[in-house]
Amino acid sequence: MSVPLHGIIAEYETPEELLRAAKRAREAGYTHMDAYSPFPVHGLAEAIGFEDHKVPWVTFFAGVIGAIAGFSLQYYISVVDYPLNVGGRPFLSWPAFIPVTFETTVLFAAFGAFIGMLALNGLPQPYHPVFNAPRFERASQDRFFLCIEASDPLFDRANTRHFLEGTGARMVSEVEE
Amino acid sequence: MQEVAQRETGALIEGKHTYESITHKIASVAMGYRHPIAWYIVTAIAAAGVFMLITAIAWLLLRGVGIWGINQPVGWGFAIINFVWWIGIGHAGTLISAILLLLRQQWRTSINRFAEAMTIFAVMCAGMFPLLHVGRPWVAYWLLPIPNWTGAWPQFRSPLIWDVFAVTTYFTVSLLFWFTGLIPDFATLRDRAKKRISQIIYGVLAMGWRNSAKHWHRYESAYLLLAGLSTPLVVSVHSIVSLDFAVSLLPGWHTTIFPPYFVAGAIYSGFAMVLTLVIPIRAWYKMQDVLTIKHLDWMAKIMLATGLIVFYGYIMEIFTALYSGHSMETFLVKNRFFGPYAPFFWALLVCNGLIPQVLWSPKVRQNVALLFVISLIVNVGMWLERFVIVVTSLHRDFLPSSWGMYYPTIWDVMLYAGTIGFFTFMMFLFVRFVPMISIFEMRDLLHQTDRHRQAPAGAPATPVATTEVSS
Repeated sequence: MSVPLHGIIAEYETPEELLRAAKRAREAGYTHMDAYSPFPVHGLAEAIGFEDHKVPWVTFFAGVIGAIAGFSLQYYISVVDYPLNVGGRPFLSWPAFIPVTFETTVLFAAFGAFIGMLALNGLPQPYHPVFNAPRFERASQDRFFLCIEASDPLFDRANTRHFLEGTGARMVSEVEE
Repeated sequence: MQEVAQRETGALIEGKHTYESITHKIASVAMGYRHPIAWYIVTAIAAAGVFMLITAIAWLLLRGVGIWGINQPVGWGFAIINFVWWIGIGHAGTLISAILLLLRQQWRTSINRFAEAMTIFAVMCAGMFPLLHVGRPWVAYWLLPIPNWTGAWPQFRSPLIWDVFAVTTYFTVSLLFWFTGLIPDFATLRDRAKKRISQIIYGVLAMGWRNSAKHWHRYESAYLLLAGLSTPLVVSVHSIVSLDFAVSLLPGWHTTIFPPYFVAGAIYSGFAMVLTLVIPIRAWYKMQDVLTIKHLDWMAKIMLATGLIVFYGYIMEIFTALYSGHSMETFLVKNRFFGPYAPFFWALLVCNGLIPQVLWSPKVRQNVALLFVISLIVNVGMWLERFVIVVTSLHRDFLPSSWGMYYPTIWDVMLYAGTIGFFTFMMFLFVRFVPMISIFEMRDLLHQTDRHRQAPAGAPATPVATTEVSS
């Protein structure tokens, strides 16, 4: 086995077992790990020590850009480039510009949330070593996995394996890079 | 309190289900499933409708809008009636997926994917009508603020241009929301696929999703944000559609009640369409255990509630017109009651005002066949509503010399029926190739209601409580 390892993965049957195992791994000092579950398990991200609030901010700023873009587009068209006198109303008749500004805000913010989520997650990603794990196709169906990665400073092939076996895992296996 | 919650949600998934069984149940329909004969029959008829649509559009492009029944003074006709009708139908999808998500209504899980698909296809149908109605669809890009050789720009003080922005934004955001919801399910299909071609297609669509807790963490936040964005969006879209009418000076259109009354009408007709589609599909694909009577019952309740708001709108329209003392407004009401299109108006009141009142009875709400019939009646009623709004206001102009009548031609009818065919065709393809119920959310629901557990001896009995504390 000269192939470099991505990590060691343990399989669980319930989200509660996975949560307990993730918490124990954190207590044992592991930091580089990831958990896989067929649906979002509340508290799992915290349990593996992961927190990220960039998506809301990306969405917010995308929305702000959308609002500015939408309003300035209308300002440029209606005031600067193509002023039309409609019944003597001001060129900058801003209340009439609100609906379109609102729509562009929502449009940009939605793209911000969508693209932001994908980009921060590193998707689309054609290859990831964790798919080499045996039975990993069950992670999108009915099984729960915890993978302690080889990049972890505490990672040790034998010890980590032993540790994961002690967390109530149904199966522990090595994941090749 | 906990017990009440358990009992209420308990009915959302019936029978004994595990993560695997529920995944299999939904995913297998999209892959290697023997589809019921009804699927082939309906899809074939719908495909014929698509050909009819293509024919109607081709002839329209060759000959122009003169083939339609529109004239002076009724310049809007079927095109705008159908546009408003379809857009309205789309609204239930967003309501179910976004607003019910924000309100943490778990029962949305079985129907949101389906309703979102309905939104997308309904908005496609809706979009066709104004595009074709402009007469020269090949220059429809003039509606968008694109610099072009004419040097002219759209007029941003007009609700018609707001409409362009509202509908395109609505379509795009609905598509993003739908696709975001689908990513984890595409991953499930990818992992279950046996055939190489399915593995590749679902693999590409899943984009390498690997169910990592880090992914889920950002995913949930993005999904919630999209729901939060869609909620005001959906209200804005039909409000803006109603402003197409309300900003004009025509009696019967120039009313401040239009935005809320249109939004309520949209949700009302949308729920009717969800019921129309869900009831047969649920039976054909034997989804009764995940799309339970409880779901139908609650959809019927929302239909009843929004129907009452719509009916209130009708009464207020009449009251405002009479109370205003304005001769044109009073005339319009009389014309609606007794004019040449009076049968449509009275049929509308029967369909939208009278018949839905039977939904007060739980027995009716839980009678699937009856509910199906009522949903069809509501669909017809909402179409009649748009007919009455568009045609009765237009056909009696301010001067009797410019009065006229509107009669749709065969091309109007073919185009309209063609979009129904297109819509059905797309919905049935969707059922065939895409999981029609959100699988990962069903697994989550199963986990929360905790009915899948075979309760192994000695296992802690309150796993629900643990997750609630940690969340």
